[in-house]
Amino acid sequence: MTLYRNRKRSDLAAIDGKKFNLDLLMTGISFILLFIFAVIPIAMIAYNAFFYKGQFSLKLFTSVMTNKHNLAAMWNTIKIAFWVTICGTLMGLFYAWLLGRSDIPCKGLMRALFHIPYMFPPFIGAMAWDILFSGRGGYLNTWLMKTFNLPRAPFNINSLGGIIFVEISYFFPFVFMQVVSALERMDPTLEESARIAGASQGTVIRKITLPLVTPAISAGALLILISSLAHFGVPSILGFSKNIYTLPTMIYALISRSSGSFEGIRQGAALSIMLIAVVGIALIIQKKVLSSGGYDIIKGKSMRPTLIKLRGAKYPLLIISTLTLVIIVLMPLVTIFLVAMVRAYGLPLIPKNFTFKNYSKIFTSKATLDSIKNSLFLSVTAGLLCMFLGVMIAYVVNRIKPKGKGILELLSVLPYSIPGTVLAVGVILTWSGSLGINLYNTIWIILVAYLARYLSFSMESASASLQQVHSSLEEAARACGASHTESLIDITLPLIRPGMIAGFFLIFLPAMRELTTSVLLYGPYTRTLGVQVYSLREAGMIPQASALASVAIIIITICNALITEITKSRKGV
Amino acid sequence: MANVRFENITFHYGSHCVLKNFSLTVEKSQIMCLVGPGGCGKTTLARCLLGFIKPETGNIWIGDRCVFSAEKRINVATEQRGVGVVFQDYAVWPHLTVLENVTYPMRKRRLPKQEINERAKYALEQVRMTGYEKHLPSQLSGGQQQRVAIARALVSSDDVIVLDEPITNLDAKLREEMLVEIRMIQKKIGTTILYITHDQGAALKLCDKMAIMDWNGRLRQIGTDEDIILRPADRFVFEFIGLSNFIPLVEKNGKIGLSVGEFIPYPDSLPEGFDSSKKMEIGVRPNDIIFDDASPIRAKVRRVVFLGREYDYFLQLGTKELRVQHIALDVSQLSNVNEGDEVGIKFLNPRLYEANQHEVTQEVTA
Repeated sequence: MTLYRNRKRSDLAAIDGKKFNLDLLMTGISFILLFIFAVIPIAMIAYNAFFYKGQFSLKLFTSVMTNKHNLAAMWNTIKIAFWVTICGTLMGLFYAWLLGRSDIPCKGLMRALFHIPYMFPPFIGAMAWDILFSGRGGYLNTWLMKTFNLPRAPFNINSLGGIIFVEISYFFPFVFMQVVSALERMDPTLEESARIAGASQGTVIRKITLPLVTPAISAGALLILISSLAHFGVPSILGFSKNIYTLPTMIYALISRSSGSFEGIRQGAALSIMLIAVVGIALIIQKKVLSSGGYDIIKGKSMRPTLIKLRGAKYPLLIISTLTLVIIVLMPLVTIFLVAMVRAYGLPLIPKNFTFKNYSKIFTSKATLDSIKNSLFLSVTAGLLCMFLGVMIAYVVNRIKPKGKGILELLSVLPYSIPGTVLAVGVILTWSGSLGINLYNTIWIILVAYLARYLSFSMESASASLQQVHSSLEEAARACGASHTESLIDITLPLIRPGMIAGFFLIFLPAMRELTTSVLLYGPYTRTLGVQVYSLREAGMIPQASALASVAIIIITICNALITEITKSRKGV
Repeated sequence: MANVRFENITFHYGSHCVLKNFSLTVEKSQIMCLVGPGGCGKTTLARCLLGFIKPETGNIWIGDRCVFSAEKRINVATEQRGVGVVFQDYAVWPHLTVLENVTYPMRKRRLPKQEINERAKYALEQVRMTGYEKHLPSQLSGGQQQRVAIARALVSSDDVIVLDEPITNLDAKLREEMLVEIRMIQKKIGTTILYITHDQGAALKLCDKMAIMDWNGRLRQIGTDEDIILRPADRFVFEFIGLSNFIPLVEKNGKIGLSVGEFIPYPDSLPEGFDSSKKMEIGVRPNDIIFDDASPIRAKVRRVVFLGREYDYFLQLGTKELRVQHIALDVSQLSNVNEGDEVGIKFLNPRLYEANQHEVTQEVTA
C-alpha cells in the first residue's frame, strides 16, 4: 500500500495557509544547487566550444578535431581504455573466482591486500613505476642491465604498454570487488544442483556461475572503462616525457601551456566535447556487448559456498597470486618509501645513502605544509557539505518525490560520469568571471569542483540508508505530536547518521588524493596534496615528492582503517 | 474518548478512484473493525484520518472537532490531530529505548516530567512490558515490539487510536494473544479504536462493530459481529466473511430446483425473492449443511478431513463440489460418515442471491 506516495505531500501544508514549507524549500534548493553544479559547467563547455564572441562557429571545433596531435591523443585514449578494460576485467574475474570459490590458502590476507590498489592513488603508483623502469635511469632497469650485461634497458614504462600495465594494476579491483561480493551473495545450491544433475566442474562455472555474476562483471567493467577513459594521473606521469598524450592529459597540456589564456581554455573546451563523445560512445558499445540481465537469484544473506579443490594447481596458483601482489602492491609501496629516504635521486638504495632530510624538508617547506592544509580543508569541507546536501537531495528524491525527481537523480550523477578534467574545464569557464563571479586562483573554485564531483557519492550513500528507514517511522512520530521538522531531527537523521558518516569518508578519502581536477584549478597559494606531489616531481625533486607521497599514503591508510571501523559498528543500529 | 466521523470522503490515486462519498461513524469507546479485501481503500481512509493524505471532498470529525473539511478549507496537521497509530511494521524507533519510545509523544506535548513517567509506567504495565524500559527494540521479539508500539499509541492519544493490520506479522499463537490483550486494554481505558484488517477472523475476536468494505471502497454493511455473520446484508458480505457454498437454482416445469448437471427439485421452502428471469443461486455455509438420510438431495462423500475441533467433508453433488463442516463433538455423538458413502443432505438457513460477477476472488478453500 504505497500508492499514496504518488501524491504530493506538500499540498497538505498549502491548504493550511502555512507560509513556510520545508519540503518545498528543500526541493527548490536541490534543483537550484544541481543546476549550478551540473548543468551550468557543461553548458559553458558546449557554449565555448561552438560559439565565438556570441556567434555560432564550428571553426575552432573543426580545427581541434582535425589536429593530428589531438587525433593521436584520442586514439591513445581509446587504445588504453580498451586494453585496460579487457585485461583488468579478466584479471579481476580470475582473482575473484580464486579467492571466492577455490580452496587457496591465506584468503583473508590476500583479500585485504587486493583492496590496497583501490585506495592507493594511481598517480603515486605511476611515480613508483617511473622510478623503477623509466628508460636507462630506472632503478631496476639499471640493476638488470648491470647484472645481465644488457646493452639496452629491458623495460620501458614510458610507453603505451607501460601506461596500460599500471592502469590495469589499479583498476582491476573494480571488477574484483564487484564479483567477489556477487559470488558471496550467490545461493550455492544453484551450483550444487547443477553438479547433482551431472554437470562437470567446468560446465558449472561456464553455464551457472558465470552467467549469474555477469551483471557484477558488467558493472565492474563499466567502472574500469569510464575510469580509464577519464584518467589523468598515470598517462601524465608516464607519458609526458615521451610525448604520449591522451585526451585528458592533452586538455591539461593545452590549458597549462597557454598559462590560463582564454584561447587555450577554449581549445580545452572543444577537446572536452571530444572526450565526452568518446565516453558516450564507449558506454553505448559497452551496453551492447555486455547487456546485463538482472538476476534475483543473488540473495542478501551470505551462505557458505562449496569450495572447489585446486589439488595440484593449488601451490602454483598461490605462487602466481603472491607474485602478482608483490608486483602490483608491494613494489610501488616499498619504492616510494625507500626513495623518500634517499639522499639524492639516482644513488643506490642502500642504508648508507638513507636520510630523513627529505621529510624534514617537506615539513619545513611552507608550500608543502600549505598543500596538506589545503587538502585537509578541502576534503573536510567538501565531505561535510556533500554529506548534508546529499542527505537533502536523497530525502527529496526518496521521500518528497516531487515532479521531475528523475531529473534530480540524473543531475546528481551527471558530474561524476563526466571526466574530472572536463568538469575542471567547465568549472573554470563558469567561475572565472564570465558569469559575474570570479573564483579563479582561490581555493573556492577547487571546492566547487569537488562538490560537483563527489555529491553523487554522498547522495547514493544517504539514499541507501534512507531506504532502510521506513517512512512509517517518521509518520509514527508525526502521529505522536512531532512536527515535520521535529520528526526529521528526532527520527530520520539519527537513523541515517551511520550512512552519513560513511558518506563523509567516501568523499574525504578520494578528495585527499585528488589530482585530476585540482591540477587544472590550483593557484599559487592553493596547491593540494596531490598537486604538490605532482609538481615536486615535475621539478625533479623526486625524493621529496616520494616523501610527501608516503605521508599521503599514511593519511589515507589511517582514514581507511577508520571508515572500516565505522561501517562495522554500523550494524549495531 | 471521542467518536470519529467521516463524511462524504472522496479520494483518487491519479485516475483511480479509491473512495467515493464514503461516510462512516465510529462510536466513542468502541472498537470498530474496518474489514475489506486488500487494496479496497481501508488504509487510505486511515491515512486520511491521520492527516498523511488529503481527501478531495468531505469532512472528518474527531468528537466535536473538525480536523478536515474540504469546503471550509480546514486541514489540521497530523501532529495536532491527537490520533495514536500502530502500523503494520510497528514503526518502533530502533535508536530509542523502550522507555524513550513510549515517552516521546508526551515529551513532544511538553507534559510535566512526573506525569510523563507515571503514564509511561502505566502504559507499559498495560502491555505487560514492565522491566524492558532500557531495552532497545532490536533486543525485543516481534510481539514485544508490537506491544511497545501499542503502549506508545496509548499515551499519544486518549481519544482515538488507529491500528493498521497490527498483527499480520506475528505468528498465529501470538496473534491470538495480542487480540485478547488489545481488547482488554481497550475495555480498561476506553479509547476509541479504528482497527483495520483484511482478516475477518481477527475482526470477529476483537470488535464491537464491524464495517465491511468491498473492492471499490464502498461500505457494504455496518453491524455487530452477530449481524454480519447471521444477517449478511448481501452476497459480498456473505461470501467475504466466511466459507460458503453456492449452488445454481433454476425453475423447471413450475418447480424450483438445484441445477448441478442434473435437476434436483428443492424439497423445502425457499426464502422469498426467487426471480426466474435472473440467474439465481442458493448460498449456504459449510456448517449449515447437515446429513439427513430422508432428504432427496443425495451427494457422495469424496473426502473427509479431521481438523481437530471439526471434520471437513468434501461432497460431490452432481457436478458441484460442496464443503461441509461439522463440530467434532457432534460428529462423535451422531454417526460418522466415511469416504465413498452416499448421504442425503439438508440445507439450514439457505440464502438466495443473484449469481454474481465474482466480487470476491477468494476461493472457498481460502
